[in-house]
Amino acid sequence: MKPENLLEIRNLFIEGFYENRWNTIVHDISLDLKRGEVLGLIGESGAGKSTIGLAAMGYTRQGCRLASGSIKLDGMELFDAPEERLRSVRGAKIAYVAQSAAASFNPSHRIIHQYAEGPVRHGIMDYAQAARNAVKIYDRLFLPNPEKIGFRYPHELSGGQLQRAMVAMAMSCEPDIIVFDEPTTALDVTTQIEVLASVKEITEKMNKAALYITHDLAVVAQVAHRIMVLRHGRLVEEGETRRLIKKPKEKYTRDLLSVRTLSEDRSGADKTDVVLEVRDVCATYNGADNVLEDIDLTVRRGRTVALVGESGSGKSTLARVITGLLPATRGTISFLGQPLSPDLKRRDKENLRRLQMIYQMPDTALNPKQRVGTVIGRPLEFYFGIRGKEAEKRIRDLLARIELEPAKYIDRLTTELSGGEKQRICIARALAAQPDFIVCDEVTSALDQLVAEGILSLLQGLQRETSISYLFITHDLATVKAIADKIVIMLEGRIIEQGEKTEVLTPPHHEYTDKLLASVPVMDPDWLDNLLEKRASTYLSN
Amino acid sequence: MLNLIAKSPLSARIGLCIVVFNIVVAIFAPLVAPYPETQVVGDVWEGMSGEFPLGTDHLGRDLLSRLIFGARNTIALAFITTMLSFLSGTALGFVAAVKGGWIDHLFSRIIDIVMAFPTLIFALMILSVLGSSLPILVVTIAVLDSTRVYRLARAVAMDIGVMDFVEVARLRGEGLWWIMRREILPNAMPSLVAEFGLRFCFVFLFIASLSFLGLGLQPPLADWGGMVRENAGAITFGIFVPLIPAAAIAFLTVGVNLIVDWFLHLASGLRN
Repeated sequence: MKPENLLEIRNLFIEGFYENRWNTIVHDISLDLKRGEVLGLIGESGAGKSTIGLAAMGYTRQGCRLASGSIKLDGMELFDAPEERLRSVRGAKIAYVAQSAAASFNPSHRIIHQYAEGPVRHGIMDYAQAARNAVKIYDRLFLPNPEKIGFRYPHELSGGQLQRAMVAMAMSCEPDIIVFDEPTTALDVTTQIEVLASVKEITEKMNKAALYITHDLAVVAQVAHRIMVLRHGRLVEEGETRRLIKKPKEKYTRDLLSVRTLSEDRSGADKTDVVLEVRDVCATYNGADNVLEDIDLTVRRGRTVALVGESGSGKSTLARVITGLLPATRGTISFLGQPLSPDLKRRDKENLRRLQMIYQMPDTALNPKQRVGTVIGRPLEFYFGIRGKEAEKRIRDLLARIELEPAKYIDRLTTELSGGEKQRICIARALAAQPDFIVCDEVTSALDQLVAEGILSLLQGLQRETSISYLFITHDLATVKAIADKIVIMLEGRIIEQGEKTEVLTPPHHEYTDKLLASVPVMDPDWLDNLLEKRASTYLSN
Repeated sequence: MLNLIAKSPLSARIGLCIVVFNIVVAIFAPLVAPYPETQVVGDVWEGMSGEFPLGTDHLGRDLLSRLIFGARNTIALAFITTMLSFLSGTALGFVAAVKGGWIDHLFSRIIDIVMAFPTLIFALMILSVLGSSLPILVVTIAVLDSTRVYRLARAVAMDIGVMDFVEVARLRGEGLWWIMRREILPNAMPSLVAEFGLRFCFVFLFIASLSFLGLGLQPPLADWGGMVRENAGAITFGIFVPLIPAAAIAFLTVGVNLIVDWFLHLASGLRN
């Protein structure tokens, strides 16, 4: 007789090795998963979501171990199971879809060969049969041109397509359970829809069970039947999706729910002096095709301009042009009333100091071999010649301003910080130069919601104190609504709409703006179904 | 430093002991060695005895004494050469990677040309024109070796150069020296250290092959590579004399690489 629950985890403890001893990172987690059911695991980074997801396959990351408990997959115990049994189960009975498909595919094999690897190795089918199945699954997951697409290399697919190919690959051995680990986190809102639709297709129509791991409650609300809220490796709250969203019991869950409604207060922000003016700017990477065309943009003192668009629309390229990393081929940029040389090398130190940039990935924007004190101290020394005691005092002040305890952080290596702390250090580094203008390139998209909210309110607070101007590049419209004064929408290297926030956000919109706005998940479990239905009907009527 | 050693794993300690042992022996060679470096003291290829602990070589010199004096020449020479090749190769490689454009092209093509010649022939050419004195030997091998180091350093620096923190430094207006020294070098260290361990050992062998052609260390100076070659004929008579200097090379190589592994482990930041 088959047990009722496909996956049964009981009293699971997982330990991680750091600070020279074993520390418990997952505390006493139990969960059940039935056939056809999707369980959402949600929480900030460090909550242990991925660790639990991997543990469901009897696997732990390096430096971790399963300490005690039981993991039963279809009645088979995986805790302390021999490697051979685990190998026969992984891929065949339970499969894993990683966060970044781009990093998880082997770049030098064709998609379909990677698809066939699992079933052929497990001896379930031969290559030809696997390839035939692949085409069927690609078709079901709405991948364009399913007969041919498998023969492309990973770099020839877009991010959203790759993520769906990854989902298809997880399906290759027809497992009973799929673990989705943040499959849409790295995608922009319009491609996120496609992947979510695929996930729904698989779990509902193919009757598979799934664990869906994410930090975005609005996303998980679309696909999960039940949700477990985790924090610091412990269960905070568990419940049926609709119940949890309507009536959260715990304060932490309510915090997660309320993140997307950041308050705004910008009474004193109507000054008129222009900080940055971009006129008729064009730019190209290869000398022939313009990636930016006729960009006009004005940023005023103490204001925030949000630059919105999907990936590939030229947002980050515009940031590179403004900072001088990619000299514009045509047009002018003026900064504080003075024309600014298009090329970084010809700009003087004073202009470099006044125009700072904060990056999307705090991990790569900080030198892993430097200490916090050096990172923040260098601009002080470089621009103002401040060093020694005076510098240390300033560094401590800056750390206090970004709400990190100076004594605790000043001597840490940048690798010893969490994502949110790293981004705060990046902000402090920019502030140390006392800039007039900061380009923020997707500064919150690599962070989880609560941390991102902290960063946004920090930036807003700093703006009130010092009237810095921001150019805020993002694909997240929730962020835009929260902090922007002015919105600029880009598509394919052009600005298609710009204006004051209320203007842009009130209908009638430009057609693309409409699509963009409609793609942002809202905290409503029926939102995805309604949207897909609406799109299908307009598609048919065309 | 002592603290670091106290926490090091067993393998690193073994490596450290081997290297320190070799260096101490090399420094105090005249005190440790039972016989002078070049004096013929016995018969050809005598076996081990109380008089000659490791036997004698093809001219009847005490093998142990030659091994001890050889450590001096070999280690010092290999170390200086490798250092020199790493300093020049890394510096040029970093400049090429950071500056890019025509500087990168110029450096890389010159290096390509040097690499196009088989190293041994290139070294022969230079040494026969300029004569085989120690400084010229060191510089020649260092130059030839630095081409490989250049390739590695450039590739590693290219990878690091595209990271955002280097871009941040550029946007700040930092000069070439800061970017090379403070942003790139600390992150390139693991790869460079690993390569150092390997190159260090290759240099022994290269000196040995040059000696074989009469252009390396000149007899009667002892070096381990040369000793293997001089006594190679003994193998055909079933005498294991050439294996002893070979074993010394292997011993030191293992020691150096155990330390290198430990460095890599430290640099990677992995725990256990």
